[in-house]
Amino acid sequence: MPGQSVGVVEIQRAHFNQPLQLRSGGILPAYDLVYETYGTLNAAKSNAILVCHALSGHHHVAGHYADQPDNIGWWDNIIGPGRPLDTDRFFIVGLNNLGGCHGSTGPSSPNPATGKLWGADFPMVAVVDWVHAQARLADLLGIDSWAAVMGGSLGGMQALRWSVTYPERVRNAIVIAAAPKLSAQNIAFNDVARQAILTDPDFHGGNYYEHNTRPVRGLRLARMLGHITYLSDDQMGEKFGRELRNSAFSFGFDVEFEVESYLRYQGDKFAGYFDANTYLLMTKALDYFDPSREDDGNLTATMARSKANFLIASFTTDWRFTPARSKEIVAALLANGRNVSYAEIDLNFGHDSFLMDDAHYHGVVDAYLRNIKL
Amino acid sequence: MTHTLGRPDFELIAGWVEPGHRVLDLGCGDGTLLKYLIENRGVTGVGVEIDDANILAAIKNGINIIQGNLERGLDEFADQAFDHVVLSRTLQTVRHTEGILREMLRVGREAVVSFPNFAYWKNLRAVLDGRMPVSEDLPYQWYDSPNVRFFTLRDFEDLCEKMGLIIKERHVLDEQGNIVENEVNFLGSLAVYRLTQNR
Repeated sequence: MPGQSVGVVEIQRAHFNQPLQLRSGGILPAYDLVYETYGTLNAAKSNAILVCHALSGHHHVAGHYADQPDNIGWWDNIIGPGRPLDTDRFFIVGLNNLGGCHGSTGPSSPNPATGKLWGADFPMVAVVDWVHAQARLADLLGIDSWAAVMGGSLGGMQALRWSVTYPERVRNAIVIAAAPKLSAQNIAFNDVARQAILTDPDFHGGNYYEHNTRPVRGLRLARMLGHITYLSDDQMGEKFGRELRNSAFSFGFDVEFEVESYLRYQGDKFAGYFDANTYLLMTKALDYFDPSREDDGNLTATMARSKANFLIASFTTDWRFTPARSKEIVAALLANGRNVSYAEIDLNFGHDSFLMDDAHYHGVVDAYLRNIKL
Repeated sequence: MTHTLGRPDFELIAGWVEPGHRVLDLGCGDGTLLKYLIENRGVTGVGVEIDDANILAAIKNGINIIQGNLERGLDEFADQAFDHVVLSRTLQTVRHTEGILREMLRVGREAVVSFPNFAYWKNLRAVLDGRMPVSEDLPYQWYDSPNVRFFTLRDFEDLCEKMGLIIKERHVLDEQGNIVENEVNFLGSLAVYRLTQNR
């Protein structure tokens, strides 16, 4: 895709004093959200796009920091002048969700009530809670309605949730590589990941900060497992095959196959910076996500509350949230006569395809966004 | 007659829809017909396409388009969700002929089906000359043709009878898009049917 990066960006922080009632029954008395913006909000405040992050994402969606030129945003390839989320036309907002570990209030933040880090006391957050918090950020920025709310995977679920929770505030929802709710298999994978963390002796019931340790082993395993589900079988086969680091078998348990090396590296890297409590919360938010629960499982009834136009996209090799899952959303929208387009994109990168820079994929998003009237 | 968008069957279809009607166009290409019907006839519409380039083109055209394979049915569409379901010059490319016709009348009140007539005299002559026909309405060589079913007006009408489909209207066109009134199975290059069924 032609176009440029947004270049140097800055982190912003907003403090919210109004308590937030959470779906789990808990209340957050006050909280911070860190966010970034790219482009310029127009006078009518009609050109704002909210980009929601997935499981391990954050507010640094595009560009780089002045003092960290290599720290590039996680969806940089789709945002910038001349790119599908064209910053010459749109004002893009990305934030770190509540419960996160990149600056917004979460389990690794101080709990004002105790003076200690929240840890296990941090309340369970749901996708709908994130959407309410994002709505307050929109209020702060003066954005009455988003030109689009967009995301991949868990980010797409937030876009879907926005469309039924704040139908007047979303003109377009772009839902990529998502599902209307998790399958038993999806939940099963999440639970194995959680068990890896919960059974790590360094977990200390979630209060590992007080013990000056972190459940690195569990988090590493969780990430290794998760990572497998983000890739396609074909892609792993092409990338690693049965390649060995050394030419002969060593008949031991050290790294032998290249795929082991890759997964261990990814696990180590992730466990080095991510917070295990946040990982637990994010996977539970995924498991609980099911907007149709309010309508006895009838997604068509749920989507009847939406007013937005929709672009739904899935990837042929995504076995985590298959095209069939996206088509459930499409069917519910069609049944309500909503404007919806659906693209099933043939990319070889499994669930992670949504982050890839592919001409057809980005062309579809670009074409859709160019038709949005501001 | 005028040739709307270069496709005479489009003109007929435009005459059958009314403002406010819901139209589903199967194999809609870049959405040209839907765009025409939306802008000139005040319908709402959705297209189905399998081809990536057409998906992109239809989105650029501002058309609601769903990527999918007609051979696998129309599961994402509810019963009787549309007034008209259009299958323009595509039936001959579909293997599950009966399946798609049933699906069209499941999701729509009426089906509009157009297809090239393999018994058109020029096609017959081509075969008598020892060649597979290539014409305005069959614009492919045998080795690159997407067509997998070869049938005539009579064949199609027999199938409709077998399936209990009611032919509300039939228009037959020559290669220039002129209406053919007589000896339609011999003089007609393209047939456009308006079908329904008893419910």
